[in-house]
Amino acid sequence: MIDILLKYFPQLLNGFWVTIESSIIALFGSLILGTIFAVMQVSRNKITRIISETYVEIFRNIPLLVITLFFFAFVAPVAKKIGLPIDGFTAGTIGLTLYTSAFIAEVIRSGINSISSSQMEGAVSNGLSWWQAMRYIVLPQAFKISIPNLGNQFVNLVKNSSVLAFVAGLDLMYNANSIAQNTFDSLNTYFIVAIFYLIITMPISYYMKHLEQRFKGGAH
Amino acid sequence: MITIAGLFTFDNFRYLFIGLMYTLSVSMISTIFSFIIGSIFGIIVYEKIPYFSKFVSISVDIIRNLPLLLIIFFVYFALPKIGIHFSIFWSSVVAFTFFEATMISEIVRSGINAVDIGQFEGARANGMNNIQTMIFVVLPQAYKKMIPPLVSQFISLVKDTSLATGIVLPELMYRGQIIYGQNSNYMVPVFVILAIIYFLVNFGLSRLSKIIERKMA
Amino acid sequence: MEKAKKRQFGIVATLISILIFFGAITIMAIKANTTHQGTDTLERVKNAHIMTWGVKADTKLFGLMDTNDGQIKGFDVDIAKAVTKQIASDLNITIEPIFVQVTSSTRIQLLKNGNIDAFAATATATPERKKVADFSKPYFSAGQSILVPTKENIKSVKDLNKADKTILGVVGANSIINIKKFAPKAKILALNDYAQAMTALKAGQGDAITSDNGILYGMSMENKGYVVAGEPFTNEPYSIAFDKDQVPITKATNKALDEIIKNGSYNKLIKKWFSKVPGMNWRSLER
Repeated sequence: MIDILLKYFPQLLNGFWVTIESSIIALFGSLILGTIFAVMQVSRNKITRIISETYVEIFRNIPLLVITLFFFAFVAPVAKKIGLPIDGFTAGTIGLTLYTSAFIAEVIRSGINSISSSQMEGAVSNGLSWWQAMRYIVLPQAFKISIPNLGNQFVNLVKNSSVLAFVAGLDLMYNANSIAQNTFDSLNTYFIVAIFYLIITMPISYYMKHLEQRFKGGAH
Repeated sequence: MITIAGLFTFDNFRYLFIGLMYTLSVSMISTIFSFIIGSIFGIIVYEKIPYFSKFVSISVDIIRNLPLLLIIFFVYFALPKIGIHFSIFWSSVVAFTFFEATMISEIVRSGINAVDIGQFEGARANGMNNIQTMIFVVLPQAYKKMIPPLVSQFISLVKDTSLATGIVLPELMYRGQIIYGQNSNYMVPVFVILAIIYFLVNFGLSRLSKIIERKMA
Repeated sequence: MEKAKKRQFGIVATLISILIFFGAITIMAIKANTTHQGTDTLERVKNAHIMTWGVKADTKLFGLMDTNDGQIKGFDVDIAKAVTKQIASDLNITIEPIFVQVTSSTRIQLLKNGNIDAFAATATATPERKKVADFSKPYFSAGQSILVPTKENIKSVKDLNKADKTILGVVGANSIINIKKFAPKAKILALNDYAQAMTALKAGQGDAITSDNGILYGMSMENKGYVVAGEPFTNEPYSIAFDKDQVPITKATNKALDEIIKNGSYNKLIKKWFSKVPGMNWRSLER
């Protein structure tokens, strides 16, 4: 095991950074998208509600792998024609962003719903517009409540980023497979890679558990 | 357009349909197993048995925090190295079962937590012991509360079976890839068809769970 | 009292589960090492009257799933059938060939796991692979080549040996290891299957696909604007693979291969699969 770790350490580390990079980009992307769709879903406009619901249902019910490969197969050749070649990393990260944004939209929507509607009404009657009340009163609180859930989504994101391996995204999993192919020692390779993943996911998930408990404690 | 006309044949759709059956049967079998194992894990963690609960909960957390794809590859490629052989089908079932069991143990634990403590005491006053109380009084109520999260877990399992294409399980996703192997121009339409099939199945399931939820409430 | 009991139970249960977990792994590992090469493949085939072959299901010309009848069809499959038939007639018994789909990344594992008896899956007997598997005589003379867009001015692999070039391949294939010798400066990217590699090429993710010429000709047939450039730059014949130390079945297979070459059925298969491929010199493949 040590010899694989030593021999392939640079390659593993590269994959590790690519995994983190892709996860963080996808986190920010899906936070923005997710928030937009969450706000659209609680808005009073029927059309935006329908658009948002459709978006969430579509991306929640299709496997990430299908979304990613679709992007890879369809968008990448089109993008090339207009002079914007995108690689496996980009296609994978876009797939991850779209997929995760549907879940984050749900998380934030339930966060918004848990803020009492009287706050919204109060703000509006104090002269704020609906949008201002949402932006300055409701959303900040909704985010705060949603932090543990958002953290768990980030853990999922890191785990799901392994689909980049299917589109040659050069992430940890892709490198794991290539090392396992070279050494024929799948047991030790996957064991090492598991530890790399746990280094990212375990601390976040424990911290989120801790936060969740603290939030619950505060409510009582 | 002519280039993809050959894709829409009855045979190709029948071929995909059998793949869907694989997808659903792997998901179903894994859900049943993971439900049993997950319940046991969940109860152990809930019971707060010194050391043992901690041990189980750490083991559960380790599996829960790994990518499912890694677990699949581990079961299929690495376990044979220590003499544990599974066929492709059972490798997928084992990987999905362990991964899902860790998710379900969380659901079971919080489901039990949500059951009123008074019921525990009432049952005990009626002369039931701990295990009887758990099986006959607490669990049935906990399971009722758990139906929506369990269905959404099943949906994510149906989606996740697509990862088993990495070990050549002939499920929906893999069969899609075989079909576009005939002609790489089929790739985009194949993914659209796959997306539609997955969507219909999962959307139907999630609607069904909402109906059940309403009926039970 | 209740609490102390629970504590005791907890400690005992933890220790027992740890013990079972590591104990089971150790015992299994020891068992796996001692009884590893237990069964003789030829004996198993003889007794079961069934020979399970791993073949590709996504590779044109060699092994492609026909969704019409659910059969895998291609040169590899036909060779496997012919070899099985010949071995059976040499032994004076009947053997039924059964086909299992494999990919470049799963075939060796399936062989070692005992899921398949042999594979004929566009595999070359490389020194690394020979460490873990036994190989028959070559049954097809393949060589590594490159598939490039017609409009790009790439005449041979030498044109790809630049730092700004990316060469695409498939996970688990020997060609992506080999190409490092011929174009050490180029970047290499491994996709999951050939259709994806083709899509990546079309998407501009790479400048060429490298693989064995037979596979590349299969891809150029359906994709106008892409050609196999230059002569093959390696000699990588395909062989049938068996688990390590399976001498009897390897010998039987070599004999069967000689016989089907001698009686002309080999050349018939070459003609059947490769005579219609544009640009391919199929006559040179005959034996």
